[in-house]
Amino acid sequence: MAKRSAPEVNAGSMADIAFLLLIFFLVTTDIATDSGLNRKLPPMVEETTPPIIKKKNIFQLNVNRNNQLFVITGGEEKLLELKDLRKEVVAFLDNGGGTGTDACKYCKGAKNPSSSDNFQKAVISLSNDRLTKYKTYIAVQNEIIAAYNTIRDREYKRQFPNSGMSFVEANDKYQDPQTPEAEKEKLKEKLETIKLLVPQLFSEAETKSN
Amino acid sequence: MSKFKKKKDGGLPPISTASLPDIVFMLLFFFMVATVIKEDNLKIENKLPSADQIEKLDKKNPVSYIYIGKPSSNYQDTYGTEARIQLNDKFASPDEIAAFIASERAALREELLSKLTVALKVDSEANMGVVSDVKQELRKVNALKINYTTRKGDAVSNNSN
Repeated sequence: MAKRSAPEVNAGSMADIAFLLLIFFLVTTDIATDSGLNRKLPPMVEETTPPIIKKKNIFQLNVNRNNQLFVITGGEEKLLELKDLRKEVVAFLDNGGGTGTDACKYCKGAKNPSSSDNFQKAVISLSNDRLTKYKTYIAVQNEIIAAYNTIRDREYKRQFPNSGMSFVEANDKYQDPQTPEAEKEKLKEKLETIKLLVPQLFSEAETKSN
Repeated sequence: MSKFKKKKDGGLPPISTASLPDIVFMLLFFFMVATVIKEDNLKIENKLPSADQIEKLDKKNPVSYIYIGKPSSNYQDTYGTEARIQLNDKFASPDEIAAFIASERAALREELLSKLTVALKVDSEANMGVVSDVKQELRKVNALKINYTTRKGDAVSNNSN
């Protein structure tokens, strides 16, 4: 029997098939957006007497139904633009107006005696109307977190000058699943130190219904 | 000069398309790997707001999704244009959230129960009223870890319009 070579398969339409599949996946893909602002809700507790906080330690922020910001802090009441919020919150947190036991060792602010004492005492209180737009609320949350991150970055760099990264970068690295476990432990310790030094004291009033 | 004239003789050589399937396959594999099959069929408009202080949602821990937004155009006749809550595949009222969280928890192993994160995917045009209702319900059932899912972008400039 004569030996015949196998006939070659025509692969000319392979590209067409691949294109078909490609277009199918292109159309059905939606790149997942699974990142956002992590928050913790306060637990539901029975009515207890709220802790007494000095008025000067509260940054009272109200967002009304027209998405305007109103601030009561440091003996002042004023309307605020969203773009100025971050600066104001940093100034409030970093004020360091405390004296004696309340003195703030690392604050670099104006030391205004009618504004916050130190990082551990400064509380931000946020209230909003039921008709406030969600995107404004998120922008406000974002700016407040940004303000905390600004100070935490600075303190992280001051406490761990050799680490060569900021608080946010360290936090990202800590959450990256590719970071080895041993390094994570070290990072966690550092992050906790900073979180204790600059705690996020953030209180949200229940939304006004009117 | 004959050097230059010679080239014209043969006309344009055909471009080889032999590597085209390889290129297309490469793209195909990329999209196959990057694709996440949608979990829920959205019945609402869900244009997420943007923020820049975002953290990645840890996929190792369980995540439940709650969608809030204006019903999309083919549901507006029945459900109106006010922002509504969507759980799984259907519209829900705030008091159904407790049952939803309970069913999500029932599907989890015990050691993961405390790690359940609730991701709120809320349309940027929604009002805070409905969002606060959801937050109150979540507090009642002690689901305290939440994540406001956002896109990456500048929060302030996207807000001015």
